[in-house]
Amino acid sequence: MRQTLRIFFLGGYFSYRALFNWQSPRFYVPTMLGGPAFQVLFFAYLGRFSHVRDDAFYVVGNAVQVSGMSGVFGVAITVGGERWTQTLAPLLATPANRMALFLGRALPHIVNGFIVSAFGFAIGRLLLDFHPAPGTIPELALVVLLSTTTCTAFGLVVGALGLRWRDVFTIANPAYFLMLLFCGVNIPLSALPKWMQVVGSGMPLTHGIAAARRVAHGASLSSVDGLLGKEALIGLCYFAVGYILLRVFEAEGRRRATLELV
Amino acid sequence: MRIARLLAVCWWFQLKQMTKAGLFVFTSIIEPLIFATLAYYLFKAGHRPGTLLYAALSAGLMGIWTSTLFGSGGAINFQRWQGVLEPLVASPPPYALILFPQTLAAASIGLYSLASTLLWGRVIFGIPLHFAHPVAFAISIVVTIVSLGVLGLVMGASFILYREANALSNMLEFPVWIVTGVIVPLSLLPGWIHPLSWILAPTWGYRAIHNAALGGNPWPGIGIALGLAAVYFFIGQAVVGAFERRARERATLSLV
Repeated sequence: MRQTLRIFFLGGYFSYRALFNWQSPRFYVPTMLGGPAFQVLFFAYLGRFSHVRDDAFYVVGNAVQVSGMSGVFGVAITVGGERWTQTLAPLLATPANRMALFLGRALPHIVNGFIVSAFGFAIGRLLLDFHPAPGTIPELALVVLLSTTTCTAFGLVVGALGLRWRDVFTIANPAYFLMLLFCGVNIPLSALPKWMQVVGSGMPLTHGIAAARRVAHGASLSSVDGLLGKEALIGLCYFAVGYILLRVFEAEGRRRATLELV
Repeated sequence: MRIARLLAVCWWFQLKQMTKAGLFVFTSIIEPLIFATLAYYLFKAGHRPGTLLYAALSAGLMGIWTSTLFGSGGAINFQRWQGVLEPLVASPPPYALILFPQTLAAASIGLYSLASTLLWGRVIFGIPLHFAHPVAFAISIVVTIVSLGVLGLVMGASFILYREANALSNMLEFPVWIVTGVIVPLSLLPGWIHPLSWILAPTWGYRAIHNAALGGNPWPGIGIALGLAAVYFFIGQAVVGAFERRARERATLSLV
């Protein structure tokens, strides 16, 4: 048990440290803070032009979704990137508990995603017409933390697919941008065709964003427990699918001797 | 003649190389289609049906910037990774004449974006493609692509010294969409942003394309975009030369 926890926490920590670029402020600030901040501003102005909803709608939607910069790209690079760095084969040769190994890699990205998201909210508060009551902030933070976790679970699925299809960005890029379309980030779900609503309701963040919008408008956490329950359930499903895919692709990679192909 | 051949060969080679890269297929086709769909439903939800062609067109133009940004910003880094930056810098032609066709190719890839979003709008959403001034529309697209290619030269050159160029590329996609008014009119933005918009050639190129497609006078935009492109070219050449010398002195040219 102690060893499993060690792999979970230390393995995750070191794999995050191994994203050497991300340790540099010259990379982290433009990518993780600058890009998401401008995303929030862009869609808020697009929202003003389209007359669909107010600034708060776009600030909450995008500030929650930008956690995907870490949750989707980070996990995808951490897991899928083992192949580029040629560490995948040695890693999978170890007898380490796979659950601890892979889920541990997701943990730092939940924390990082939360920071990115919080920065997006701060930009909305400072530069746009978004002024939630101070009392709502702790509850909003809890909703964002849950959403970031489910987004990271989705990233685990993307990372697993990256193990199979070699170029992880081919999957991570569309995954991130499709969330903008399907998850009610910028368009109310009711304005989308039925099939898109169905897809969106099975995606991460959709219910979390809906809950965050209500909480930011003053609703209590208990009044959105249904949405939070759905978001948590979807997150658990993605974690399970991600883990199963990782095990399947690991076995397939061993059988076909493709673990080291880049 | 030799220079024209050099430019043409480099442009064509880079164009073929980029067309085969998954990243550019995404940035030039898939991402613009996602944004076109998003803009379509957003404007529809806002009951602005007259703006649907505008949405498809703007999403395509956004894609041109994305291709330019990632292609130009990453051009030097790609050469670094492939180990060809030093030989290219050491070769007889000025390095600016090698870099420019590459950034122009990156902007040219953006044509895929425009074609795909317009086709997507027509086929999926039934948006009628009636352009007010078809000839001016074609000219304004060519001028916009050239002006973006030259802007890419300035950008790519400044990234010689900045090894985290891809990080800057990640950041600059949305702000230039905002500042150039590609989809959100400049009148909605704070006044202090306007002077920044005016010195960006894409602002005028996009304005010319919108006017040529939707009605309006595209020629002032075309003229200003061309003028700014000429200014950028002189700046780009000087910047490439200066940064190249500095990178040689500090022996950082091939550091990845």
